[in-house]
Amino acid sequence: MASVTMQVNGKSVSKDVEGRTLLVDFLRNDLRLTGTHVGCDTSQCGACVVHVNGQSVKACAMFAIEADGAEVATIEGQANADGSLNVIQQAFQDHHGLQCGFCTPGMVMTAAALLKENPKPSEAEVRSYLEGNICRCTGYHNIVKAIMAASGQDVAAIAAE
Amino acid sequence: MPKDHGIGASDKRREDVRFLTGAGHYTDDIKTYGATVAVFCRSTVAHGIIKSIDTSEAEGMPGVLAIFTGADFADVGGNPAGWLINSRNGEPMKEPKRPVLAHGKVRHVGDAYAAVIAETELQARNAAEAIVAEIEELPAIVDMAAALAGDTFVHDEIGTNQCFDWGWIEDNRAATDAAIKAAPHVTTLELVNNRLVPNAMEPRCSIGNYDAGNDSYVLQTTSQNPHLTRLLISAFVMGIPENKLTVIAPDVGGGFGSKIYHYGEEALVLAAARKIGRPVKWTADRTEAFLTDAHGRDHVTKIELACEKDGTFIAFRTETMANVGAYLSNFSTATPTFLHGTLMAGNYTVPNVYVNVKAVFTNTAPVDAYRGAGRPEATYSIERVIDKAARELGIDPIAIRRKNFVKPDQYPFTSAAGLEYDSGNYDALMDRLEKHIDREGFAARRKESEAKGMLRGLGLNAYIEACGIAPSNLVGVLGSRVGLYDAATVRVNATGNLSVMVGAHSHGQGHETVFPQIVGEMLGIDPASVEIVHGDTSKIPFGMGTYGSRSLAVCGSAMVRATEKIIAKAKKIAAHMLEASADDVDFKDGQFTIKGTDKSVSFGEVALKAYIPHNFPLEDIEPGLEETAFYDPANFTYPSGAYACEVEVDPDTGKVRVDRFIAVDDFGNIMNPMIVTGQVHGGLGQGIGQALLEGARYDDDGQLLSASYMDYTMPRADDLPFYTVDHANGTPCTHNPLGVKGCGEAGAIGSPPTIVNAVVDALQSAGKNFTHIDMPLTPLRVWESMQTA
Repeated sequence: MASVTMQVNGKSVSKDVEGRTLLVDFLRNDLRLTGTHVGCDTSQCGACVVHVNGQSVKACAMFAIEADGAEVATIEGQANADGSLNVIQQAFQDHHGLQCGFCTPGMVMTAAALLKENPKPSEAEVRSYLEGNICRCTGYHNIVKAIMAASGQDVAAIAAE
Repeated sequence: MPKDHGIGASDKRREDVRFLTGAGHYTDDIKTYGATVAVFCRSTVAHGIIKSIDTSEAEGMPGVLAIFTGADFADVGGNPAGWLINSRNGEPMKEPKRPVLAHGKVRHVGDAYAAVIAETELQARNAAEAIVAEIEELPAIVDMAAALAGDTFVHDEIGTNQCFDWGWIEDNRAATDAAIKAAPHVTTLELVNNRLVPNAMEPRCSIGNYDAGNDSYVLQTTSQNPHLTRLLISAFVMGIPENKLTVIAPDVGGGFGSKIYHYGEEALVLAAARKIGRPVKWTADRTEAFLTDAHGRDHVTKIELACEKDGTFIAFRTETMANVGAYLSNFSTATPTFLHGTLMAGNYTVPNVYVNVKAVFTNTAPVDAYRGAGRPEATYSIERVIDKAARELGIDPIAIRRKNFVKPDQYPFTSAAGLEYDSGNYDALMDRLEKHIDREGFAARRKESEAKGMLRGLGLNAYIEACGIAPSNLVGVLGSRVGLYDAATVRVNATGNLSVMVGAHSHGQGHETVFPQIVGEMLGIDPASVEIVHGDTSKIPFGMGTYGSRSLAVCGSAMVRATEKIIAKAKKIAAHMLEASADDVDFKDGQFTIKGTDKSVSFGEVALKAYIPHNFPLEDIEPGLEETAFYDPANFTYPSGAYACEVEVDPDTGKVRVDRFIAVDDFGNIMNPMIVTGQVHGGLGQGIGQALLEGARYDDDGQLLSASYMDYTMPRADDLPFYTVDHANGTPCTHNPLGVKGCGEAGAIGSPPTIVNAVVDALQSAGKNFTHIDMPLTPLRVWESMQTA
């Protein structure tokens, strides 16, 4: 067992974990932050994306002890201080960017990383950035639209509905 | 003008808030005190005799609480097929037992033969690896034609690999044969409808709980239909009394058919929970999902279209081999038959249709209904062969379809495949499609593509499907062993808000938002005061769940009926309160008024009175305000559509890019346009995935080569375009109270032939003389086709 300490959504946490404990299992099982999901075992689906020191990371591809001393942000910490949805979350609701909701936390965390790097991404840039996030429900149309809307772009002209 | 609220408004989804903040509760999120973990030992060979299973070392390993093998379940029932199909010769289909754990033989890679229950997952995995199974490998049966011809059987006790040999409609066989023989033109096409893996993003997960004090069980599981799962476990597999078993499907991360079925893991965790007296949880990893979730499609088909020289259709004749895999999954026998053969007249007035389907056992995962279920296979065959016929006859692809469409004045129309289409207007859909696609501009767009060294193709398609399953009377005649009604209970609470318990299950469809829009409008109250309760058999009435685009058409109708009963009773209460006759009470916008007076009482006041029945005429009115309705529709609903797409094909690499995709659908009346549009988008994503990217591949030894996201190509965001979706001006369904038709599967039904038609069009523009490529149209397949054409 090894001791790990990290800031998760602004709160300091310390736990003893086995060395082989993945960050995603640490978040889900030890911290009961079950918003971060596991959709595959090959780091393809992106349902487990969190931010570690500001970078988007697949939490299934990192050991908890590798995040020792790090700042970790998960979907549970994304809403505004008053509990209302943040700009990206609100855009996903406004544009029906989710259906079953399982991939959604990873999508929101990936979108946040994209918009930090590229505040006004084109459609092609959004689609390319989502390469590591799989959604089976939406056909991606409304996810791409939501992310572009969250960046402040006018999406009203995007394909008729 | 779109409405702001109520029926027809694009209300934002209330369920989104919990999903967007990480507050959803999926099955694997449930952490129960004292919970243990189940891990399964799965066959690594496709076919073999289990000689022995040695669990002795594993039993003594740290944390191990129990080990199960097939022998432990030898005396319990099998997981049954829900639909009895008779062969052409009148014999019933072959129904070999599907056990909880493999016993005697393993029949596909991934077939579970043992399970370990331990304190932690790692302990369970370590112990599972220490179990030694001696399995004598047998030749794997993978190819369907070889399976039918060979003398090695997946199930030795039935002495054949053919489950059934079904003809639809058998009495039409001779007439169809004769019509084809005499026809001036016959177009023949052999095609494969590729095997798919549904791939809901949430892997299956089940938690068994046992309460020794009450001798009762709770199963929390990833299910689209908790009551059906309970019924199967109680009545067939485990014999647990229904009233001692609660099945709860909490938030479920997508289903697409794969979570309709009862799986052995659910029975195992219940049995294990009872044995060790603690909760037992199993969560699939993604490779387990690939190996054991019911797959979809997998048809090998020859279709013939006979027509006049002017393109008038005379007959469709189809021969199909349908893979059912190693065991019969619950709807597996209905999918290639009554969900496929009955649609083989398409949108057309063709007078002769005959379909022959041979269902074949193989050493592969079970195959069952996946989004569209049989109807994508029907549409694909019909619309591909029509496209080929149009080219052979030199007729425009839209003109040949229009020539044969059922016309608006022909409804109700009984098709040559035996279904009665209640409503539709296929020419109107095609009119709208033609407006969207700018066909006149296509030549210029093709020229632009060619200037870049690319080929451009236009693909067209029309589809009809039968969904909202369905009338129990009809499906009973067709072989269903269950009824297919649904149910809803509307409970008006004393404080005036509502709890509505429904048999449908929402796993992405947005019921929690749409159902209150309907009830709210009917009662003239704020939809926010209506809460939908679903997914828990101890709370909801006996409904059959969500699949086959049935939630709104069937369960929504039950909810409307229950709400009508609420209004009828509330009028009686209002009449009592206002000292009038119930016949004189009007109800509008949440207010009860007496005709010709200014006396009124609000819905909330009536609700409160119902629960504080002082001075009630109890001989006339019971206290309380709660009503249940079961609804069994008179027919399927028949959504239809006209789809088009344009693709660009790179002749150097064979890569296909979908440039634009237009879907025009008739879903009858629309309750929430935003959600309906989203359903179409999702179906298109899966249908385009089938056409271009996805394929479950077994090698000759029965090893699944595409058992992870490294190997099975899921559509990514950059594989797909923005879609144009149009579902305005539908023709209302004539037989349900909302006039709605199912919208969940349409996109997946209509899109594959559209894509393939477009790619064939593109390649023909380069002078390539071929008429068909099997899906998925990967760059390799397209490029190879171009070299040989």
